[in-house]
Amino acid sequence: MSDPRQPDAVGPTGSSKADLDADIAIEEPGAVSPETEGAEEDARATAGGAVAAQPTDVPPPSRWHSTLHQITTGNAIISVLAVLLALLVGAIMIAFTDERVQEASGYFFARPGDTFLAIWESVSGAYSALFQGSVYNFRRDDFISGIRPLTETLTFATPLIAGGLGVGLAFRVGMFNIGGRGQMLIAASVAGWLAFGFDLPWGIHMLVALLGGLIGGALWAGIAGALKARTGAHEVIVTIMLNYVAFYLVSWMLRTPGLLQAPGSSNPKTPAMKETAIFPALLGPQFNLHFGFILVVVATVIVWWILSRSSLGFRFRAVGENPNAARVAGINVPSMYIYAMLISGALLGLAGVSQVLGTVTTGFTAGIDAGIGFDAITVALLGRSTPWGIFIAGILFGAFKAGGFSMQAAEGVPIEIVLVVQSLIVLFIAAPPLVRTIFRLPDPASPKRRPVPNVTQEVKAK
Amino acid sequence: MSTAVQHPAPAPQVVALDTTVVTSWKAPIAFAIFTLLAIALAVFAPQDGDTTFRLSTQSDVIQLPEITVPTMPTLWITIVLLALATAYSAMLVASKRRVPVWLVVVFAVLFMFGFLTWAASGAAIPVIGLLFGSLSLAVPLIYGSLAGVLGERVGVINIAIEGQLLAGAFTAAVVASITGQPILGLIAAMVAGMLVGMVLAAFAIKYFVDQVIVGVVLNVLVVGLTSFFFSQVLAPNAAALNTPPRFERLPIPVLSEIPIIGPVLFRQTLVVYLMYVAVALVYFGLFHTKWGLRLRAVGEHPQAADTVGIKVNRTRFWNVALAGAIAGLGGTFFTIGSGIAFNKEMTAGAGFIALAAVIFGQWDPIKATLAALLFGFASNLQNTLSVIGSPVPSEFMLMLPYVVTIFAVAGLVGKVRGPAAAGKPYIKS
Amino acid sequence: MKLELRGITKRFGSLVANDHIDLTVEAGEIHCLLGENGAGKSTLMNVLYGLYQADEGEVLLDDQVQHFAGPGDAMAAHIGMVHQHFMLIPVFTVAENVMLGHEETKLGGRLDLPAARAKVREISERFGFDVDPDALVDDLPVGVQQRVEIIKALSRDAKVLVFDEPTAVLTPQETDELMGIMRQLKQTGTSIVFITHKLREVREVADRITVIRLGKVVGEASPTATNAELASLMVGRAVELTVHKEEPTLGDAALQVQGLTVIDPIGQLVVNDVSFEVRRGEILAIAGVQGNGQTELTEALLGLQPRVQGSIRIDGIELGSSSVKRILDAGVGFVPEDRTEDGLVGEFTIAENLMLDRSDGAPFVRGGSIQRGALADFARDKVKEFDVRTQGIDSKVRQLSGGNQQKVVLARELSRDLRLLVAAQPTRGVDVGSIEFIHKRIVETRDSGVPVVVVSTELDEVVALADRIMVMYRGRIVGIVPGDTPRDVLGLMMAGEHPAEGAAA
Repeated sequence: MSDPRQPDAVGPTGSSKADLDADIAIEEPGAVSPETEGAEEDARATAGGAVAAQPTDVPPPSRWHSTLHQITTGNAIISVLAVLLALLVGAIMIAFTDERVQEASGYFFARPGDTFLAIWESVSGAYSALFQGSVYNFRRDDFISGIRPLTETLTFATPLIAGGLGVGLAFRVGMFNIGGRGQMLIAASVAGWLAFGFDLPWGIHMLVALLGGLIGGALWAGIAGALKARTGAHEVIVTIMLNYVAFYLVSWMLRTPGLLQAPGSSNPKTPAMKETAIFPALLGPQFNLHFGFILVVVATVIVWWILSRSSLGFRFRAVGENPNAARVAGINVPSMYIYAMLISGALLGLAGVSQVLGTVTTGFTAGIDAGIGFDAITVALLGRSTPWGIFIAGILFGAFKAGGFSMQAAEGVPIEIVLVVQSLIVLFIAAPPLVRTIFRLPDPASPKRRPVPNVTQEVKAK
Repeated sequence: MSTAVQHPAPAPQVVALDTTVVTSWKAPIAFAIFTLLAIALAVFAPQDGDTTFRLSTQSDVIQLPEITVPTMPTLWITIVLLALATAYSAMLVASKRRVPVWLVVVFAVLFMFGFLTWAASGAAIPVIGLLFGSLSLAVPLIYGSLAGVLGERVGVINIAIEGQLLAGAFTAAVVASITGQPILGLIAAMVAGMLVGMVLAAFAIKYFVDQVIVGVVLNVLVVGLTSFFFSQVLAPNAAALNTPPRFERLPIPVLSEIPIIGPVLFRQTLVVYLMYVAVALVYFGLFHTKWGLRLRAVGEHPQAADTVGIKVNRTRFWNVALAGAIAGLGGTFFTIGSGIAFNKEMTAGAGFIALAAVIFGQWDPIKATLAALLFGFASNLQNTLSVIGSPVPSEFMLMLPYVVTIFAVAGLVGKVRGPAAAGKPYIKS
Repeated sequence: MKLELRGITKRFGSLVANDHIDLTVEAGEIHCLLGENGAGKSTLMNVLYGLYQADEGEVLLDDQVQHFAGPGDAMAAHIGMVHQHFMLIPVFTVAENVMLGHEETKLGGRLDLPAARAKVREISERFGFDVDPDALVDDLPVGVQQRVEIIKALSRDAKVLVFDEPTAVLTPQETDELMGIMRQLKQTGTSIVFITHKLREVREVADRITVIRLGKVVGEASPTATNAELASLMVGRAVELTVHKEEPTLGDAALQVQGLTVIDPIGQLVVNDVSFEVRRGEILAIAGVQGNGQTELTEALLGLQPRVQGSIRIDGIELGSSSVKRILDAGVGFVPEDRTEDGLVGEFTIAENLMLDRSDGAPFVRGGSIQRGALADFARDKVKEFDVRTQGIDSKVRQLSGGNQQKVVLARELSRDLRLLVAAQPTRGVDVGSIEFIHKRIVETRDSGVPVVVVSTELDEVVALADRIMVMYRGRIVGIVPGDTPRDVLGLMMAGEHPAEGAAA
């Protein structure tokens, strides 16, 4: 931290003043050793320039070299490699549990080729089903039905992006909102109740239901924000607990006539949403993609503006990075926690609303959240909590979901493989050194060509 | 300089600062709310008839008589007592004294007694069954909370308890089904839990990834893995791979005949007896052995531990692995502990309740165990009440542990300090 | 035991923290290691103690080459260390802290606490300490905690004892006692390495002095060398030890504090019924040993303390129970004691940090949106004006040196319309060049008619800046005395003794 090499610390030494009976106060209690900075990835990426700028005997590297260095050590390559690694693990799981592979491996030593062929068939079959279920189906004749999987991907991505934005925004304020499930359930219930229980003109009805849902999600998350602000209760615990409370609350409402249960039914399910409240289809009735996707794009832009251009976002980030300094600078930290949770809850609420008004309009059960509240966490992590990163990550995970279903249908590979791949992606991305070790990539913290052995790594790893 | 040994002045005097008493009105307010709640029950939903408490099972050698009380008078008496306790606590706070823990406990027991009397009006409450079931449901919670206590005490937040329980349940079912030996399933479960713990430790300690994030992602990973293998491998071959044998009940002679306590505590399976041992060992180990002293030092002030030659990261790694093994052992309750086949996501959030018990129990193994028992009781109360028929919708009973935890985290525990270095990776500088 | 370091070199990335350092400490010698903050003293001692591995060079004890893989090995070789930040577990008792790492156990693995207690008592008696082995470390005053550290080292039969900046937290009287303990240890044959930057202590106790600058040994000196000689050796140039300032032109009393009391979460009165005034154009320095309520007092002035009684008025306006925001808007500038913790957001750029306490209104925010152009212009101006050495206004503050970070804080606070400046430890962990700059700016602020409160635990800084000095001890004001009060009087006041001549306000 403190760099003792001040350029002005040279000068004549002889001319001293009178002998002062004084100590010299030039100390720091935390006499910090001139250690290199923390292990964060971004820091290292940017520090690369600083290292190069320092006077060393090493000749400056060529431009091509530094560009390559940037690419191989930057975040983008790590993300791509993490996805590849996770898919590889998924492939291994598919291959090992495939019956044909097991059969062929029974006589592996007689005809090893059979085993490899079976592995190839099972893995390529699964992954091509994944691709054709999520991007473009080559088996269809015309473009319209061929591109249908891509629109499915965007439909699945819609709540994932909204939820990811919610979790990511909370991350930036230093909070971990694990309560996506509860917030989605409450938002879906409020929006659903407004959508099936009232008669309003087209457009207005949709708007009312949408706003109701957003407010519902916001307030449910706001409980956690308010408790953290007022009493310091850890939001991780509170939001987890609120998930269960919301689940049981909604379950009870769903089986209680007069609340959410469809009249004349004994199933814990709501009636269908009224036509006036349903999100319009974007590409016509033959595609499922609905207006919710537009809302999510708008939400992404708004979150981007909040975080990087607005005064509120500035205070959010200040609180997230250093709440003490924020407090000393007159920022009201407790209210930032509350505002952040309200906005985060509203975004997760948007995910819930887009489920009931866009994707499943025929009435919903307590399973309407479909695990999106938790998927949103992985989306936010993969997107590194930046709005556009989350947008892309949401589409990727939407593709996994859309493709996962067709993979399950076509190849009999359970959809849960998607969970495994997703969580592995996040684990790998969270630990860039691991990915670098696996692929033998250079460490960006180390200067490009170093004449002496680097010991920093050893010290850290110890 | 003189050669005589100088004795410096005695240590700086310990002059205590002036103090004043910081009081909190949280307890009286909470008491008042619950008293009003009880009054509301009595006024708006009065229950006529009597309530019976059954204290023995038919198989007991010593039979205790049933206790029958008239519902409404009992409830009103309880309410008066609750009101007195509330007034006493308010008086204490007003005179700048603290509300003692025993008062909170007495209040809670009284409230629960009043509530049970009201809820089970016109029926009999099988007290033994209620308590036995509570203990059973608390088993995975207790193992899980022990794992949580160990992890946080050594400085690693273990959100992956849920995943460790699930991994334990899965492995135990598969290994026990294949071998026919539940004991092998138990060992396999510990190994599986330990592996999850090791992954958590590796990512948290070696790669400095946020511990909460690793924990959450590991939970998803374990759900994905176990569900994938369940659908792909277990479901088609259920007979061979997913029909786990169960641990038999082993009543302990003599002890199992003690009224009330015997049938609840000493007619259990090996998994439960191991739990008693685990709680005792963790408590003794943490506070009375070299291992515990070092473990706590690492969780409180890793740098200080390092300077006396304790390998911080090694200590953390192996203790988190050990915690994983304990949680994995707890996972056996779901399958071989109860004789149930493995199913997707069958732990259903028990790991998170265990986590709540850790915080509720203030990072102390005994208190965390008691908190886990409380949560087990709340869950089982719902089962019991839905059998005897109760005016409260079952969902609200199921909600109870979670609501209680929120109150606890917000109110009581807010001021209690956890291990200082929990959640912070130790980076040598 | 004789300790010898030969050619120790330690690099961190491209930074050479220790460059071929040679050092010999004879048995029963007090050897002072003198150097500016960041000169590499602590790194060297961490190499000796096994916390770091040297890239080159070797450690010898009684002419035997040692290989320390960790502190455990160093301790086994009878090297002990009293760390600057005490390495004690606050929630453990003294006995538990002393036994940690070399625990003795009884049957069944039970800790042998009685043995540890006996050991603490035995060592305490030997040196005349008064330490209760069953006291929780958290409850002990810092002076006693330091003795626990010494007991901890001696319980492992340390023959070489390293004291890393041990006097930073002590009163002058406690410092004298520590010197006595060192001499006593020396008589029992223990070799002592005493790391410090305080020249007077060095001259009082040292047998030999080695001066380190920028990771290199720049010379040895005898204890008879003058302060100026030592200082110029340490810093590498002549050091100006005084701040030039004119007589103050005093205005009205601008800050009036009346009966201020701050209560901490466990009910202690950390600031106890404090009243004082600061006039326009005056610097009031608050002196005292760390932890006597100065921190809480400054935090209370800024509205950062939750439980505060009494009155704080600035220009007649009561701000006693206002929010931080209102107090800042009322024109209070604040330089916090710990700038990385409370003053700056490390991950933010210099520009962002410069708008940190004006994040919701003019001039940087309009219509809820940040005016990036205006901010960039402002930041470029300030970086130039305050001579912040950086690659640009978009550099992260985390990457700056301590002195440059402090200049960013100062630039932010001084660029507002101030009616009061509160600066806590303004030059802590700052290089000499920046100290001179910061002192100059503080005096300029005073001369522009702003009342200034400076809190410092360094007597030199207090004496250099103060027009009046207020000394605090255990949450109370011991006295408010003129800026030219002699040091020995101040020293006694810092230990809680009231000045004989009475408080002259």
